[in-house]
Amino acid sequence: MNRRQIDGIVRRGGPWQAVQRGVLFAVLALFCAYYLVPLVVMISTSFKSLDEIRLGTLTSLPQAVTFEAWAKAWGSACVGVRCDGLQPYVWNSVMMVVPAVALSTFLGALNGYALTKWRFRGADVIFALILFGAFIPFQVILLPMARTLGVLGLAGTIPGLIMVHTIYGLAFTTLFFRNFFIGVSDGIVRAAQVDGASFFGIFFRIILPMSLPAIVVTLIWQFTQIWNDFLFGVAFTVGESNPVTVALNNVVNTSTGVKEYNVDMAAAIIAALPTLAVYVLAGSYFVRGLSAGAVKG
Amino acid sequence: MALPKALSRSPWRSIDRWLPQIVVSPLFAVSLFFVYGFIAWTVYISFTRSGVMPNYTLDGVGQYVRLWATPRWQVALRNLVTFSVLFIGLCLVIGILLAVLLDQRIRIEGAIRTIYLYPMALSFIVTGTVWKWILNPGLGLERVMHRAGFESFTFDWLVNADFAIYTVVIAGVWQSSGYAMALFLAGLRSVDDEVLKAAAIDGAGPLRTYFGIVLPMMRPVFMSTVIILAHLAIKSFDLVMALTGGGPGYATDMPATFMYAYAFQRSELGVAAASAVMMLVTIIAIIVPYLYSELREGRR
Amino acid sequence: MSDIRLDAIWKKFGATEVIRGIDLTIDPGEFVVLVGPSGCGKSTLLNLISGLETLSSGNIFIGGRKVNDVPPRDRDIAMVFQSYALYPTKSVRDNITFGMSVRHIPRQVQDAAVAEFAGLLHIEDYLERKPAQLSGGQRQRVAMGRALVRKPDVFLFDEPLSNLDAKLRIEMRTEIKKLHQRLGKTVVYVTHDQIEAMTLATRIAVMDAGHIRQFADPFTVYDDPVDLFVAGFMGSPPMNMIEGKLRQDGGSFVECGAPGAELRFPLPEAMARRVAGHDGLAVILGLRPETIFAAGSELPGPDRYCFELPVAVVEPTGPDTMIVFEIGGRDLIARVRPQDARPQGTRFRFEVEMRKAKLFDAASGLRL
Repeated sequence: MNRRQIDGIVRRGGPWQAVQRGVLFAVLALFCAYYLVPLVVMISTSFKSLDEIRLGTLTSLPQAVTFEAWAKAWGSACVGVRCDGLQPYVWNSVMMVVPAVALSTFLGALNGYALTKWRFRGADVIFALILFGAFIPFQVILLPMARTLGVLGLAGTIPGLIMVHTIYGLAFTTLFFRNFFIGVSDGIVRAAQVDGASFFGIFFRIILPMSLPAIVVTLIWQFTQIWNDFLFGVAFTVGESNPVTVALNNVVNTSTGVKEYNVDMAAAIIAALPTLAVYVLAGSYFVRGLSAGAVKG
Repeated sequence: MALPKALSRSPWRSIDRWLPQIVVSPLFAVSLFFVYGFIAWTVYISFTRSGVMPNYTLDGVGQYVRLWATPRWQVALRNLVTFSVLFIGLCLVIGILLAVLLDQRIRIEGAIRTIYLYPMALSFIVTGTVWKWILNPGLGLERVMHRAGFESFTFDWLVNADFAIYTVVIAGVWQSSGYAMALFLAGLRSVDDEVLKAAAIDGAGPLRTYFGIVLPMMRPVFMSTVIILAHLAIKSFDLVMALTGGGPGYATDMPATFMYAYAFQRSELGVAAASAVMMLVTIIAIIVPYLYSELREGRR
Repeated sequence: MSDIRLDAIWKKFGATEVIRGIDLTIDPGEFVVLVGPSGCGKSTLLNLISGLETLSSGNIFIGGRKVNDVPPRDRDIAMVFQSYALYPTKSVRDNITFGMSVRHIPRQVQDAAVAEFAGLLHIEDYLERKPAQLSGGQRQRVAMGRALVRKPDVFLFDEPLSNLDAKLRIEMRTEIKKLHQRLGKTVVYVTHDQIEAMTLATRIAVMDAGHIRQFADPFTVYDDPVDLFVAGFMGSPPMNMIEGKLRQDGGSFVECGAPGAELRFPLPEAMARRVAGHDGLAVILGLRPETIFAAGSELPGPDRYCFELPVAVVEPTGPDTMIVFEIGGRDLIARVRPQDARPQGTRFRFEVEMRKAKLFDAASGLRL
């Protein structure tokens, strides 16, 4: 987000201004605390022992830092009846995310290109129909999808989950790329046509290299969405093939045995780390993904 | 955009000519089958007597009658309304406030924005897990207050059927208010600088500038944000599952969790389908007018 | 009415110096145009006067009052912006009265002021409309109304006409001039269009790279430019610049063109006296297109020089025809009467009025 060109406006100085600035920063700091405290609590709890949790408070920092909870969350916490920790489920998520993100992004780009730069008859109607798919509550397709996966022999498998994410991610990715390509001059495509480039030639050699920012935004958006998904994971996978979000929920919500809050927190951080890392590394692209389609201009 | 006539003579060219349609058609087919076909299937099932297994004999609106007579569905709807109103309202208030504050020539704006927005990168399951711990009756916030000297402070919303839905609001607002902030900030930044300069010359102070000029210009952003938040609210499933699991009892059920419970735990397909259709109808009522106006604007 | 005085002002954005020590005194009631190529600092200078930018150093006085730390609202100024900057959610009337309502001016006074200027600007028919429903010209008028209505001492214009089409621009130009003549307020006006500068200004400040090159009335700037930059910037088509050498052998000449085919432009006596003793100096001879015409088409006068060259391009404009020809590989333009024009390729006899020629030192660019 660009900075204002109005920073230089001469303003009245004096104590009142200073007070206003003070209040402004106080409010901003307060909200920083509001957003950060849960993260701090999560991290500090994950480094405490269970005894310390029982004796201390939420906000106290760990007295004796221990990695036990992390080790347990990663390798030996019980998810349902299986006690291998989150590790296998993290791999499940990775196996699911990579193909689903790549497929949905590539197909979204291709379709967005075909729909905007080759405006054949009915392209707008097709786009509107596809777009609608981005907004439906997925509850409405859960039952038939479960049956379809069963028929295809993909029920409870990771490939099945990849398919589901790709299909329902397509509406989003097509929307992203359409919005991006609309800003690309039609003249470029015409010029390439006159130069003799074909439909795919133009796509691969001219359009895709131009759309790097849109590709990054879409990859990040899709990655965040699919990694964080819970509904499809819980509805279409069972036990062994659960993605990490479902496994985390199972760890946290097991009713048997002693409640290990430190393990819960470590597990939550493990599940959150990949998307948090992407956010920290590519924050501006993430923000662009969030506001794509919502704010014009 | 048709090819120039001279270029389209060879057979290759004529395939090339149809390529856009050929490329789009699988997507279109997928969309037709997996979105519209599935919706049709669900709608159809909602009008049958399906129980554990689908039953394809039409049976009128029986499932809807049963659905609306189910107390759990009524609780879910009440929760949805409570949650949506509070969630959207609080997110908007916090979002606008923070966006306006961040727009005041803050040097470390980038860092602050990063902090405000990071919850959006988390899974609702993670958010639910954290807040479940913070709001833990006994060990959580309550103990912090006790240690701080407020011995009589009790905070048991998480397990209190009357208040548990508000814990979902608390966690939801924590996660999504930064998002509202980002949308509003982007909107504020799209206001022409010269308009702000004109306001400065006209003599408007910061409050007057925002309330008299800038915020009224934010109406489209406001609309989009409300729509997006409403969409999030209606679809909210993960957060409830992680935070309260719909409990205590079914006190925090929402339509999404209701549908899931009836479809996959109680295997009452007909009722589940009917509830899904109700959700779809709600979303359509909100989204379609919005999409329509957006698309019309896009074409202009 | 207020005067404006800029006293050694500098503006830096980080390490970039945008305004580099400008002194300028604008008399009460003057219409001063700041003109220059894009990036010369003219808009920044205007923003400094308005208080939309903070000075790096120096002082600004409006009406004798030092305003360095006075916010824009208290400088008693009004401004018209390039994008008009109308408030999109307010009606035309509310746009115009916003500044007054911020200052808690009574409703009746506001209404009276709107009535007065709405008539003057011919916007009374759409006072209740929103800016989006207006054409470019109408928006421009509303923006002017918003500035005029508060009756400030100083008006600032930041390229107000550059978003209008050519015809409207000329119309609004005249109207701005009329308004100034009628209201007599001090005006500072920024433009990159030198014709706008010439037509509107009582004095023009020609800016380049954060400096003011020349500050004078339009005729002086046009007829008596201090250097190559000003001479080249003002005038359209631009002044012809011919590189040459000063020759003082039995009179003063400027010798230009390829060896063997030199042209020797004789200098009028007054100019020759000024450059006496500089034989061989590299100079640039500046000839405005209207000082080159078809030989014999004007009444004979002193200090004329005739030469014959082929026509390279003919460009009719209607009232005049431009004839492009070459000296030493450079395109030059002569402005001739349409009936004197000859087709491309024919040899053409040109006549130059050397009294209106300008001579510049090629090394320093300064006028000789």
